[in-house]
Parts: sequence; C-alpha cells; structure tokens
Amino acid sequence: MKSLEELKAIRERMQKQVGLREADDDSIRVVVGMATCGIAAGARPVLEAFLQEIDKRELKNVTVTQTGCIGVCRLEPIVEVYVPGQEKVTYVKMKPEMVPKVVADHLVNHQVVTEYTIGAAE
Amino acid sequence: MKELSLHILDIAQNSLSAGCTRLDLTAAEHGDELTLVIADDGRGMSREFLASVTDPFTTTRTTRKVGLGLPLLRLAAEQTGGSLTIESAPGVGTTVTAVFHTGHIDCPPLGDMALTVALLVQGAPEVEVTYTRESGRGSFTFDTRQVRQILGPEISLAEPEVFSWIQDYLAEQEAALSDSGRNQ
Repeated sequence: MKSLEELKAIRERMQKQVGLREADDDSIRVVVGMATCGIAAGARPVLEAFLQEIDKRELKNVTVTQTGCIGVCRLEPIVEVYVPGQEKVTYVKMKPEMVPKVVADHLVNHQVVTEYTIGAAE
Repeated sequence: MKELSLHILDIAQNSLSAGCTRLDLTAAEHGDELTLVIADDGRGMSREFLASVTDPFTTTRTTRKVGLGLPLLRLAAEQTGGSLTIESAPGVGTTVTAVFHTGHIDCPPLGDMALTVALLVQGAPEVEVTYTRESGRGSFTFDTRQVRQILGPEISLAEPEVFSWIQDYLAEQEAALSDSGRNQ
C-alpha cells in the first residue's frame, strides 16, 4: 500500500534538490490544453504520459502546466513546449505513445519532433 | 466523453477558472444511484448566467461562442433518467450535482477517478482539493491538506513525482473499495 511515509521520503529527496534546481526562467515549460475540446479528444492520457515520463527520467528543469482552449479544437490534443530563448513549438493530435519521443528528443536533447508539429499537420 | 471521470475533469476546470481556493469532489454510489458533486468557492454566477449556463451557446471562453462542458454533462445524466442541478451565488461559489442511474444502459462508467483527481491537483497546486468516494463497500476521503502538511511549503503539488504518488495512492483506495466487494 502507498503510505504517507512515502511522501516523507519524497520530501526529503526533493528538499535536497531545491538548491540544485535552475531558476524558474531557465526551465522548459510543457503546456497541455485541458478544455472540453482537449479532454474529449484524449488530452487526459497525454498529460498523464508527460508527467510519468518526466518523473521516470527525473527531469528537474521541466514544468508541466494545464491550460484552457488553445483555439484550434480540431487539432486537439494540443501540447505547447516553451524552451527559454526559442520560439514556442505546438504539437497537435497528440497520443500518449508519441510522448516519450517528444520528451527524449525535444525536452532532453532540444531537437524538435517536426513531424508532430502543427506545421506538419496543416 | 466515455467516462464520467472525464466530465468531472472538464467541469472542475470551470471552478479553477472561477478562481476557487477550495474544490470539493464527491462520487457517491448508493444502490443504483450515482451522485457526482463538484463544489467550489469561486466567484459564482449571476442569476441570469446561471439560467442559461446549460445552453451550449452560453460560454465564458473567448476563442469561440460555444461551451459544451455543462450541456454534455446534463445530457449524459438525463439519458440515464438522472438530472443535473447547479447552485451558484456571486461571491460564494458554485455547486454542480449530477445524478446518474447506473443500471441504465446509457450510463457511462465512472472511470479513472484517481487520474482525474491527481491531474486536477497537479494543474492547480495552490487549491485545496478534497475527494470523497462512497459506495456500498465503504468510503474514503482524500484531502490535499494532508499531503501539504507532510510535504511542507517548499514542494509544489505540481511536481511530477508528487502527481505519481497521489495517482497511485488514490488508485489503491479505489481498488480497495472494489476488492472488498469481490470478497464478500
């Protein structure tokens, strides 16, 4: 069983990292559209996959946030990636199985996965 | 939407955009009746807005003129012979209650509530979220205040590691309710 004791272990582990963390403005932001259109199109498992993959790889310079309707409902689920100093990248029609590649290529190695972007879809 | 838990995830976003500091979710099964409650202390709705809020052409979104969240939930509830009620007052908050008849062939499954609640906490780490689950086999309540108390002020509930713990913890609580049912 998951216990509250495990949370204490998480706290101790993370407190050690607080000093090591980069300042917030250096971190990569992943934004997932979670309005009615996104959720109906399958955004929930996509968001779950990002969080799990980032947790598994212990990426400390990535924050995941949720937003409302991005405006192109027919291309949902939509995920935006903001790397500091670079132009925003918009991934469209995302599926959970596409997430590990975006995490490995884009978030870790800074190579945009062009074939998943809105530019390739339009 | 194939699961009621997806509706909850969707409707709760309205509470968050209404600036709530508290979000109380309930999924209670008693006999053939499943009651879902989404209650917040957000800014609430005027009487005029409340009167038209399940009309698809009423919305707060700025990207287009249709809002389907509440109309879809109302349709889903009424298709099972159930109902949707919304209470709201400006400055006080909003409570959405949906009743489903689970025996009805059109009743979607409740689905993955652990994932829905864990994602709501992750997306709004400052909000105090409670989730109460009741069934014929027992009940439990999850409260972010307990989690916050252990993690302390420095660690955000938006952290992926915290999300994973909450998701797994809730999944076990949900499973315990159904397992003891199977053993009886």
